[in-house]
Amino acid sequence: MTHIKEMVIVSGKGGTGKTSLAGALSSLFRNKVIADCDVDAANLHLILQPEEVLRTKEFTGGKKAKIDPEHCTKCGTCREVCRYDAISEDFTIDPFSCEGCGACFFLCPTKAVDFSPRLAGYYYVCNTIDNGRFVFAELLPGEDNSGKLVAAVRNDAREEAMKAGVNFILIDGPPGIGCPVISSITGTHLAVVVTEPTPASIHDLKRIIELAHHFQIKAAVVVNKSDINPGYTSEIKQYCTEKDLFFLGEIPYETAITKAQKEAKTILDFAPECSASGAVREIYTKLQHILEET
Amino acid sequence: MRRSHGEGLKVLRDMNIAFASGKGGTGKTTVAVNLAYFLAYSQQQVQYLDCDVEEPNGHIFLKPEIHTRTPAMVMAPVIDRDKCTHCGECSKKCQFNALVTLPSNTLLFPELCHGCGLCVRICPEGAISEGVREIGFIEKGKAIRNIDFIHGILNIGEPMAGPVIREVKRRYQKEYIRIIDAPPGASCPVVKTIADADAVVMVTESTPFGFHDLQIAVSVAQNLGKPIGVVINRQNGEFPSLITYLLKNDLPVLMVVPEDIEIARCYSRGELIIKTLPLYIDQFMELVVNIRRLLGKTKCR
Repeated sequence: MTHIKEMVIVSGKGGTGKTSLAGALSSLFRNKVIADCDVDAANLHLILQPEEVLRTKEFTGGKKAKIDPEHCTKCGTCREVCRYDAISEDFTIDPFSCEGCGACFFLCPTKAVDFSPRLAGYYYVCNTIDNGRFVFAELLPGEDNSGKLVAAVRNDAREEAMKAGVNFILIDGPPGIGCPVISSITGTHLAVVVTEPTPASIHDLKRIIELAHHFQIKAAVVVNKSDINPGYTSEIKQYCTEKDLFFLGEIPYETAITKAQKEAKTILDFAPECSASGAVREIYTKLQHILEET
Repeated sequence: MRRSHGEGLKVLRDMNIAFASGKGGTGKTTVAVNLAYFLAYSQQQVQYLDCDVEEPNGHIFLKPEIHTRTPAMVMAPVIDRDKCTHCGECSKKCQFNALVTLPSNTLLFPELCHGCGLCVRICPEGAISEGVREIGFIEKGKAIRNIDFIHGILNIGEPMAGPVIREVKRRYQKEYIRIIDAPPGASCPVVKTIADADAVVMVTESTPFGFHDLQIAVSVAQNLGKPIGVVINRQNGEFPSLITYLLKNDLPVLMVVPEDIEIARCYSRGELIIKTLPLYIDQFMELVVNIRRLLGKTKCR
């Protein structure tokens, strides 16, 4: 059986162009499964426009506690043991503050606390236009356990890849460096970091690169909107040399990218001749070489 | 004129104004730091709190002088190897899989621990006690125009932003106008950030991605019962579905910022828009008036 390679697109800072790049690259890679691991705010399906949902699965996150007023004697034990101030003076539990630790459930002397798993989202296996598989998720607004849902999405993507005999998974990751990002990058073969030549993006780039190193993931860098501030673009290149990171290329600022998004198309389909499309194709060529060697 | 403006700003005092978006990179921090500067310039006492502890950026624009740096600690269980019998009670009950019991060992995975203290209470041998662990730090200082500046920074490799956000929010300055910058997304860190907001300003852009994620973030804030207003950033051309949605959900537009390459350049140099491009001062004045109106609505309820 062939070994499946996974490549994740991340950025640290949000809005640098992860999903636009993922969409464009997805049309270049053949024989792949695509996974959108930005489960808080998934967007890739808006570009990929999957043909049909083959399977919908329910995601139950952690458990949440609820007090049954009929059995509650208002003894106060639960309020005393709850570290998250989730239980009010009249013994109701605020679901947004409850972390689902179960302290109140296990320690209530009259067993008045219900502690059951609850629906926290959905994930979908879809069929795309080119007959590939695409897995994405929707975490219900305000829920926690996004890292767990990311793991579920990645598991299904791997299953689909194995079923179809495909050996490449393209993952669109979430912003940040916390729980869902860690869950998205661990065990991947390459993290592609999309950055911009701005102080905020560079600040966040350095933190996500540190995170990749922490988990021993190889990283490569793309500079989006590179012509907005050429000084910072060369600073990023310099940083890549110092840190021994693959430099994949620069994508110039291109208004067609937003227009393509408004028409639910990738930049390659919308404006194949523009300089940004040319840059994406070059990045793809470099990625093929890097992936062969990793 | 200026004086009456200052009087009108009284309503904002001691209020928490949170900036969220759903999608990242829509301009939360840009709007938040410029508003903070505008209010400070209008003689108000302002506190800026950066709750995007995974990737805080406000300091790049407000350029604070940091005076104190405090570690953000969480509770972490300490297992007494002499007392532990590996009975498995703790690992069976831990909801976060932070404890694993093997036949002759009990292992703790500190990154997974939520610090709930359940294991400490239920261990039949009394073998678990409370220790602490650093997962990030909080920096406090003074930024330009005497803005009180706080941000939290999560250590690399730590998954949980929540406790660091909590530490940032413990440092509220009473009587100040508090500008709170939220992380992107719509899950627990966002909920923790906006839970005690008096008003939530959603910064969006008129694109399908921005619009899609705005709706998710709005439903989080609606579930929490917050008054919500919307800033449309990088407005470029018509986007009717956004406007229809805003009207249908009774969400007021607080400010519209056009797509402007000059703003992008100014941002890429780490500068404040209203300092470099004074023509936008009027828009921020309007934003303040609209936020005031939004807060007024809360009071009537």
